[in-house]
Amino acid sequence: MPSHDGSSLLEARGLYHRFGRARVLHGLDLTLAPGEALAVTGPNGAGKTTLLRILAGLMRPSAGEVRVMGRPLARGDHQARRDIGLLTHQSLLYDDLTLLENLTFAARLYQLDRPGEAARAALERAGLWERADELPRRLSRGLLQRAAIARALLHTPKVLLLDEPFTALDAPAAARLRSELQSGLAQGSGLVLVTHHLAEAWALASRVAVLVGGRWVVDEPRTGSIEAFLPRYPGLIGA
Amino acid sequence: MTGSSVSLEGARRIVRRGLGLSAVGVAGLAGVYLLALNFTPVEARQGLAQKIFYVHVPAAWSALLAFSLVGIASMLYLWLQDPRLDRFAAASAEVGVAFSGVMLTTGPIWARPIWGTWWTWDARLTLTLFLFFLFVGYLALRAAVHDPVERARFSAVVGILGMLLVPFIHLSVYLFRTLHPQPIVLKPSAPSLPPEMLRTLLISTAVFTLIYLGFVTARYGLALAEEIREEGRDAG
Amino acid sequence: MLSALRLALAIAAKDIRAELRSKTALLSALVFAALVLVVFNFARDPTILSPADLAPSVLWVTFALAAMLALNRAFTIERENAALDGLLLAPVPREALFLGKLVANLAFVGTVELVTLPLFTLFFGVSLWEVLPGIIAVTALATIGFVAVGTIFSAMAVRTRFAELMLPVLLLPFMVPPLIGAVQVTSRLLAGRPLSEMLGWLRLLALYDIVFVTLCTLAFAAVVDE
Repeated sequence: MPSHDGSSLLEARGLYHRFGRARVLHGLDLTLAPGEALAVTGPNGAGKTTLLRILAGLMRPSAGEVRVMGRPLARGDHQARRDIGLLTHQSLLYDDLTLLENLTFAARLYQLDRPGEAARAALERAGLWERADELPRRLSRGLLQRAAIARALLHTPKVLLLDEPFTALDAPAAARLRSELQSGLAQGSGLVLVTHHLAEAWALASRVAVLVGGRWVVDEPRTGSIEAFLPRYPGLIGA
Repeated sequence: MTGSSVSLEGARRIVRRGLGLSAVGVAGLAGVYLLALNFTPVEARQGLAQKIFYVHVPAAWSALLAFSLVGIASMLYLWLQDPRLDRFAAASAEVGVAFSGVMLTTGPIWARPIWGTWWTWDARLTLTLFLFFLFVGYLALRAAVHDPVERARFSAVVGILGMLLVPFIHLSVYLFRTLHPQPIVLKPSAPSLPPEMLRTLLISTAVFTLIYLGFVTARYGLALAEEIREEGRDAG
Repeated sequence: MLSALRLALAIAAKDIRAELRSKTALLSALVFAALVLVVFNFARDPTILSPADLAPSVLWVTFALAAMLALNRAFTIERENAALDGLLLAPVPREALFLGKLVANLAFVGTVELVTLPLFTLFFGVSLWEVLPGIIAVTALATIGFVAVGTIFSAMAVRTRFAELMLPVLLLPFMVPPLIGAVQVTSRLLAGRPLSEMLGWLRLLALYDIVFVTLCTLAFAAVVDE
């Protein structure tokens, strides 16, 4: 990974991780610059989800360090978490709270000024304001994913970590998400997008990396078309 | 990684050392038995029955030692994150549950023909009972958590909390007994013990501590050997 | 520090709001407490043991059992939709997270206790009215202690397969000192004994609360952070 001194949004050095006796990550480095969108792909069990959780600060690596905006993600220092957002298959929403209550609570967790207004604005941006008083369990999967996206982006994180974000979305919603991510990138945020379907993320990405057995086997700028990229690494990844 | 670069042979060596230590301890126990029966004066009021004191007190002490070490190892583990400390704590807990379990079963079995009652809520028995339950809870939690690091973290928290509970149990029982005096069936180790009795008690305590150390070392070695073998199986 | 407290209160408020909306756990716990009282009533021979003798033990065993059922709720709800990740992702000190859950649990268990008291008077004919302030004080003191330990243990228990069994096995030894103290004080209150006879126990309860609330708050990060 090329290193940018000081101006990196996200920097990980020497990430090792093991679960019990299984080694999952072998000394990974990662850097994310402002405006950069890194697409990470690889076979199952390569360690992609583990990597994402470590970058999000949800897991402490067996060895290595993660820095967000220069601040280490160490235990006891939580301010670095302000700049991180995570979007996975789980909505992180409470089934007994309305969408508005859910987002207002999330806004409070991130100590945003006027949490209620921030929540309202996020719901409006996501086209969910009419459903603000509904419970998550009453929403269709697509709408739920939209609500989850609203929650993840609520505090305008500088670093956005995504795990298969386009899976549950129909075409319009996917386009909406892409444009929202693009505008974030234009404003200097960065994202790491983990996917099995590189084609979905191809246009968005500025770098592509492939993780196999806990190691980077590919790491290069995204240039050209995916049709030109894939044959160079036969059998390695699916599109 | 087991957190150490010990080989299977090294682990086996630890087990052998532990078993050797235990053997010495058990031999010592036979010596204590002889000492207590033949070379220690009989207590005036309680007679021959009092002699169990030389086994029960050290056994209870060993259980308490085992638990305190679980607590200390737990604190050190949360600070240093060394898996050896977790392995030691688990070994100590297993030995502790055995010691307290034996003491809790032999106590009533011996007490019944002598005093006519199976159980008394005296301080020593009550404390040992609580230690037993704390050990059981600790080991049950360990059995229920599969990820080794999570298991070590959770056990450490329970170990520390448990260690801090013991003084409160002691305090509660003390407060309870001063307000509800019960017939004292087992005279606690008063400072006014004649020197021969004190000597036997101390020797017995030393022997039990030796047995504890031997058992824990052996158990530790076995746990280490098990981990190394499984790692070899996964890697190979 | 102030922001941490505000976060804790926000978390507690969230739990309380969620429970008030669904009400299922609360109502179940209340019904459970009432049923335990009924069982106790039929489990004794009224000609041999007067209600007054048994009252403190019955009351406190009921509280203890109801609390045991209620405690796992706080972290079970966080398993849905991986909501706990949402809490851990945010810049929330883990101590604040613990305190928020503790306050929510106290509100929950406190509500069950508050409703159980008049039921107890009704079923057992033992009047609590004259000594109500004392009863409330000792209930609060004892409850804080074992709910604190119960909160941290439930955070661990819900990650195991048999959470409903694991929590009691871990928690019951820790409930003994507060229970002993509470029963002793309650029985003296009902017998109209002077305060001096209860001071020792009250001090024990207060010390237990201070030690264990502090310890559990500090140890929580080790439980919840991977």
